[in-house]
This record gives sequence, C-alpha cells and structure tokens, in this order.
Amino acid sequence: MIDVGVIDYGVGNLGSMLRALEELGSSPMLVTSPDGLAQGRRLILPGVGNFTDCMAKLRDGGWIPALHGAVTGHGVPLLGVCVGMQLLADHGDEGSEDSQGTPGLGFVPGRVQHLRTLGSTERMPHVGWNAIRRTGSPTPLLAGIPDGTDFYFVHSYAFTPQDKADEIASATCGIPFAAALQRDNIWGTQFHPEKSSRAGFRLLKNFLTAPQC
Amino acid sequence: MLKTRIIPTLLWKNFGLVKGTNFDSWRRVGPVLPAIRVYNQREVDELILLDILAHLPDQYPDYEAVSDYGQDCFIPLTFGGGIRDSRQVGHLLRAGVDKVSINSAAHDDPSLIGKIAETYGTQCVVVSIDARQIGSKGWRAYSHAGQHDTGRDVVAWAQEMEARGAGELLITSIDRDGTFQGYDLPLIEAVAAAVSVPVIASGGAGSYQHMVEAVRQAGASAVAAASIFHFTELTPAGAKAAFEAAGIPVRRSFIDAD
Repeated sequence: MIDVGVIDYGVGNLGSMLRALEELGSSPMLVTSPDGLAQGRRLILPGVGNFTDCMAKLRDGGWIPALHGAVTGHGVPLLGVCVGMQLLADHGDEGSEDSQGTPGLGFVPGRVQHLRTLGSTERMPHVGWNAIRRTGSPTPLLAGIPDGTDFYFVHSYAFTPQDKADEIASATCGIPFAAALQRDNIWGTQFHPEKSSRAGFRLLKNFLTAPQC
Repeated sequence: MLKTRIIPTLLWKNFGLVKGTNFDSWRRVGPVLPAIRVYNQREVDELILLDILAHLPDQYPDYEAVSDYGQDCFIPLTFGGGIRDSRQVGHLLRAGVDKVSINSAAHDDPSLIGKIAETYGTQCVVVSIDARQIGSKGWRAYSHAGQHDTGRDVVAWAQEMEARGAGELLITSIDRDGTFQGYDLPLIEAVAAAVSVPVIASGGAGSYQHMVEAVRQAGASAVAAASIFHFTELTPAGAKAAFEAAGIPVRRSFIDAD
C-alpha cells in the first residue's frame, strides 16, 4: 500500500502536488493505471482545463469503474482538486454540447456551471487568492484553518451541490460558490492547496490524517 | 473577496536573472533558484518567470531547468519564453508550471491561444503584451522581447486575445520598463476597460504608490514588478502594507497554529 496516490490520467501539473505531499512527510506515488488505485490508502484526483475533456480522459483510460470501486466500494478517502472536485458532480457544462451537461463521476450530487451563468459579473476567470468560510458542520479537512484564510483559485466554473449539506466552505466571486465539499469519504476543493503555500500544506496535512471511514 | 496580487517578475537570461531598462541594458541580478526559494519562503502571491532569450530561432523552453524551479514553488508560477505550440505547454505544466505566458508566438499564429485554451483551459493562458506608446495614437504591440513592431494596436490585440481564450493579460510598458517612473496608467486603464479578463500591470513601478495607482486609477487586477524588488529596499510585503493602508484587499499570510 502507498500513503497517497495522485491519479495521473494525463492532465495537469502533478509535480507540485507530489512535492507538497512529500514536504508533509508522506510518500506519495503517481497512480498511472486504474489497477493502481487499489494500492492507495488515500487518493487525490487533480484536474485542469476542461470538464468534458477530463471526463473523456477518465473514461478512455478505464478509470471510472476502478474509481467507483475504490471510493464508493472500499471507502478510500478521495480529494478532488479544482476541476478534480468538479468531476465529482453529476453533470458539468464546460465543453459540453448537451444542454444537460456532460455526465461526471456522480460521487457528489450537483452540477458544475459557469460563474456567469450563476450570476457573477466579476472578471473571469476567477484567479487569485480568496478567503474561504465554513458553511457546514465541522470537518477534519478544515481543522486549524480559520474562516477568512486565503487560498489560490483559478477557475471559471463552480460546483453547486444538490444537497447543501455537502458544502463545507464557500468563497465569493460576486456571488457565493462552493469552495470545498465533503460527502462521506469524498472531499473536494475548488482552490489549489498545492499552490496555496502554508494554508494549503495545512489542508493537505488534514487530508492525510483524516480518519478513514 | 478576491485579493489584489503583487507579483515579482523574474527575467531569466542564460544562467541567471537579469533586469534592464526599456527592454535593454541588462544587468545581472543573481541566480534563479535561490530567488524563487526566497520568494516562496516569503509567501509572495505569485511569481512570473520569463526567459528573455527563448524567442530566438531554434530556442525552446528549458524543461529541465523549469522543472527544477517549479518543484519547490508552492505558489502559482507563470513561465514564459519560447513557447510555440500546445505540446510545449503540456511539458511545462508537467514540469511544475501553472500558467504559461505567450507573446511572440501569438503574433505569429493567433490561433495558438485558442488551441492551448481548448486543451488546457483559459486559466493557464496568460497573454503577454509589450506596448510602446505611439504619439497620441495609442499603443502598439511589440514582440520578440521588444525587438519587433507588430503594427498591432494594443487595445484591439488585447480584445482579440481575450476572444481567442486568454485567461489573463500581462501588459508591460516598454517605455516605462526599469525607469521607476510609474506604470503607464492610461495604457493599463485602456486595456482593463476593454476586456473582462484580469489585467496584470507591468513596467515602471518605482514606489508603492505607483502600484496603488495601477489598481485604483487604472483598474489592474494585479501588479507585477521587477526592478523595484531587485534594486531598491522595497519588498512585496511592503507593497502589501501600502495596499492595506489604501483599502485594497490583500492576502494575509497563514500561520499554522499547531
């Protein structure tokens, strides 16, 4: 078994995530094939770019059944980061030719839509440091992270969970949106903890030490 | 609320960092890696690293060096210089870069911006525009580290780049670069008013007040500066204090209490 597996399905800057996890004293490994998911005590699902492209890569790589097996079958803790959090949704609009959106992993019921569609009139993308505030019940992911702590965001789409109780923190970009989610053993952050310096280290440490379900 | 970013710019030439005036008269300012480590330690908001020679023929991004720099950077890192195709962007993202800055290659092939945005998302595409004032007729965009007049109007070019998928615009005044006379506020204001993506003001900062003006008067979402941090006692932390005093929201450092 490995401490934490970072899922490498062909997108993004994974180097910073691995280095951040190493700094915290863990021994992260890149998981480069779906078979490898069973080896991880915890899993991180990164993501950059386009929701529909990321889902296509997960599907073409045969990741989806293996992810369901590990996460919903065996209760392995999963942290989705940025688009990786958005992929947890039922549907995402980005890059989709279907008015219902592209189907996501469906781990956390909800939909991912453009911040403009949700009513924001701010400059897009929403890029930079923004404060998060708790909105749900206490969660181990945010232990030691006071309300008002700034994290680094870079995105134009946001996740609206169907069940408000799944949202554990929000941020504001003209309108409030979900900054972090939790549903059972599944977590997500819209921001990038691996690029959020000390605050991000604390959050990743919390994920690495969160009790397993 | 979104914080206003203060971004040190690192200009990289051969093996070290340099800084010039009006894109010329380069002075050496030291090695790259220690500078990145120090800024990372001091928790600056973000870093921009530009290879100012990589636009030359047969040059391509030095992935190995970028990987060394990116690995220890736990804040957002933008890299620019010599990027000519979407495949190179993939290599750079893997090497630890979060965003790429594109200038000359966009002038050669404007559709490159759309290709990168489609594959990697608009959020990772920073289009860098180097501007010179042309009398009272506005500003013209220059490519190849300020060497080549593209004949393009800066504001129109900024709008085209946004339409093609740029996620941010880095607007540098060649006239003000390294002069400490302050940002070209009308330039920044003209671009910021014409686009709805974030605009990073660059070129000419000589005081904290100049940075405040770029945000307050010109509408910049972030300020970049190089000379001021290399050659004076002014620091990103000092700039933050000045922003706070002026009522501009800034990011506060996180202290892990445990």
